[in-house]
Amino acid sequence: MPRKDDEAELQRRLERLGDSLEAHRQAEEAANRKGQLSGFAQAVKIASEFVAGIIVGAAIGWGIDKAAGTSPWALIVFLLLGFAAGVLNVLRAEGMVAEAGARLREAPRSETQRPDRDGDRSAP
Amino acid sequence: MAADKVDPIHQFHITKLVPINLGHYDVSFTNSSLFMAATVIVGTLFLVMATSGRSMVPNRWQVVAEMAYSMVANILRDAAGKSGMKFFPLVFSLFMFVLVANLLGMIPYFFTVTSHIIVTFCLAMLVISTVVIYGIWKHGLHFFGLFAPSGVPGALVPLVTMIEVISFLSRPISLSVRLFANMLAGHITLKVFAGFVVTLSAAGVTGMAGSVLPLAMTVALTALEFLVAFLQAYVFTVLTCMYLNDAIHPGH
Repeated sequence: MPRKDDEAELQRRLERLGDSLEAHRQAEEAANRKGQLSGFAQAVKIASEFVAGIIVGAAIGWGIDKAAGTSPWALIVFLLLGFAAGVLNVLRAEGMVAEAGARLREAPRSETQRPDRDGDRSAP
Repeated sequence: MAADKVDPIHQFHITKLVPINLGHYDVSFTNSSLFMAATVIVGTLFLVMATSGRSMVPNRWQVVAEMAYSMVANILRDAAGKSGMKFFPLVFSLFMFVLVANLLGMIPYFFTVTSHIIVTFCLAMLVISTVVIYGIWKHGLHFFGLFAPSGVPGALVPLVTMIEVISFLSRPISLSVRLFANMLAGHITLKVFAGFVVTLSAAGVTGMAGSVLPLAMTVALTALEFLVAFLQAYVFTVLTCMYLNDAIHPGH
């Protein structure tokens, strides 16, 4: 009789350990996904990404206008391009668009990997 | 500072300690230079003293130094792979400089070096020029493949390339603005709330009772600022590693 109790106790403790490990893993994943940034830090991050694109675009346009005397056309065009770059920066910062380098690196690899991945999925 | 004249910007004023002029250039030794030198000295002394014991069972200082080392090493290895480790001295120096500068700025009456955009911009330019120079030296013109993504319809390539170039050039700006804005805003907020305490307590007994609120806020903000000081050094390091990754692997 005591042995059965022990086994039940052990089972219970194993389950509890499993539960707490699972909870720990999930909490860690959630923390990683959020990136532990406070709201203010997040705001400054996004804002600086967006504004930086526009500032650089405007600066390039202004520089071209100064050099080529085409005022104000280059400024207009590059301000719009800068706006697009700012939006691209923000999307990249939020992980919604791949990094330029990453996209290039993965292009040749994905062709060879795709059949493997499909194979993995159908195997079990 | 007088109680009736609380100026939250005053802490950022640059004062010349030793005026030096080289030709037409003003290269005076300012309070900013003093604290940059102090940052380097404190950071170096800390690491040298902390690691001088080299014990198998580390003491507290050694644990802190080892944690900083392994944290930066992990960030760099995750972002740029094993070949990125050749940049470890640069990345670790940048991390320690920003961290120590931020933390020194938290001491009352100390100057915060990183609250000036020119300082953070120079740090960011250091990173980006390393990326560009190393990328071109290692990969030649191939490095510019970074700006021409594959799989884009031919007519759109010039437009997309232009946007990618602007996006790349905006990196040093967003990197520097982020660090600078966080430090500047944090220190101003801290000063404003601390100023409320002084101004309110000058307004009699009710004012003194009311000044408890901004005082509590100041205490909470100080804790937050210590967190931000560390977090911004961390973010600066993470982004540096991500950009260095572009220099090492600019695509094939």
